[in-house]
Amino acid sequence: MLLIHCPYCEEMREEEEFSPAGQAHIERPLNPEELSDEQWARYLFFRKNPRGLHHEMWLHAAGCRKYFNMTRNTVTYQIMETYKMGLKPSVTASEEGQS
Amino acid sequence: MQQYSGFGLLKHSLSYHENWQRVWSNPTPKKHYDVVIIGGGGHGLATAYYLAKEHGITNIAVIEKGYLGGGNTARNTTIVRSNYLWDEASHLYEHSLKLWEGLAQELNYNLMFSQRGVLNLGHTLQDMRDIERRVNANRLNGIDGEVLTTAQVQEMVPILDCSKGARYPVMGASWQARAGTARHDAVAWGFARAADALGVDLLQQTEVTGIRRKDGAVEGVETNRGFISASKVACVAAGNSSVIAKMVGMELPLESHPLQAMVSEPLKPILDTVVMSNHVHGYVSQSDKGDLVIGAGIDGYTGYGQRGSFNVVEHTIAAIIEMFPIFSRVRLNRAWGGIVDTCPDACPIISKTHIKGLYFNCGWGTGGFKATPGAGHVFAHTIAHDEPHPLAKPFSIDRFTSGELIDEHGAAGVAH
Repeated sequence: MLLIHCPYCEEMREEEEFSPAGQAHIERPLNPEELSDEQWARYLFFRKNPRGLHHEMWLHAAGCRKYFNMTRNTVTYQIMETYKMGLKPSVTASEEGQS
Repeated sequence: MQQYSGFGLLKHSLSYHENWQRVWSNPTPKKHYDVVIIGGGGHGLATAYYLAKEHGITNIAVIEKGYLGGGNTARNTTIVRSNYLWDEASHLYEHSLKLWEGLAQELNYNLMFSQRGVLNLGHTLQDMRDIERRVNANRLNGIDGEVLTTAQVQEMVPILDCSKGARYPVMGASWQARAGTARHDAVAWGFARAADALGVDLLQQTEVTGIRRKDGAVEGVETNRGFISASKVACVAAGNSSVIAKMVGMELPLESHPLQAMVSEPLKPILDTVVMSNHVHGYVSQSDKGDLVIGAGIDGYTGYGQRGSFNVVEHTIAAIIEMFPIFSRVRLNRAWGGIVDTCPDACPIISKTHIKGLYFNCGWGTGGFKATPGAGHVFAHTIAHDEPHPLAKPFSIDRFTSGELIDEHGAAGVAH
């Protein structure tokens, strides 16, 4: 069971209050009509699936109902940080020596 | 290879079963192979077997970082069925089911294959509409299927709570009589033994650390036992496919999640079929040994730890007890997690890649075990001819750019 700190509620709460919402920091293309099929497929379907640090989006579904971001290790399940939408992560994969 | 038979059993009993032949050998890696298969699970071993048997390519190595059949193959709920919705998936799984039906004889290995039938319960009107649609689709594809009423389901499984007072009353079910279960370990062992007999090198405790390329074609694989040259490299690494793809700078549309399952203490025979419910989400069967084999869901987030969240177990147990109140005091023996690589459309990837001589069989999500012989068969064809097998063609990696997805979420059993 993960204990997750919601950056909006500023409280540690149990995993069951949250729903994971996939990879974070995916930007919707501003010029969709100019994209090739490959670029469009990349935006829609291709996700990072790292063995190590991962930035992902979570929803505090049974709490404030706000989305926030999390940096988590997908092997050890250690949560490095949670941060508000629009902010940049302070722990990144390259710093940890992973790609 | 020694043939297993009743007579053999009798003969070996005279020497206290001490002189049985080794099931497979433990060779040292050769310098060069025609095909190197990364991953010694069910699919990898089946691929090696069919490459050797059907396509005459016997200079093959199966490279496994752990031990044979020690990954996802040993971590599933042993269910075999082919009642998928879309034509492409139906044909592939039915191809597999047909191979299952003669596999134990073909491999001369007891796979404990048992066509005890699979029930997919419906708990809402929409469930029943989906079930009718799926059974009709199956029958149009020549796959057996029936829609059962609540009374028929109750007669078939007396211990199932079919009362109106249930929280999610059983409104009916789909029934595939040819579906059933197989002993998962035996499938890996049977294929391994048969492949070994055909000359395939099974290299255990060998980990691939890199894939060497030259002019856009594969040259071989770097391992912890040195470089192994290969004309073709086929990756069947289940949850670790993304990791292998990264070695050649490729990205795959996959996310890896832990999928859990559990078994109870052994009970006397009480359930002689497989019961699945997508709506309350639980599936259960009783093994020949007597333990209840229960499948849970995947964690919603990605992870490589071979365990899952407690709340997923709790949710599954709640669903099972709701359906079978009689199981409420049964104790669980153990629970485990496997890592499944899920595709956005809940269908696998069986494909060539833009790198010459590199092939992928991955993305099976929660449905890989039932496809073991079929997937191995079509993947072997794809590798041998460097052209997709007709049944594998719709499962090419190109479908994510062409948009020809096969949306199989409904029939896949587990939401992902």
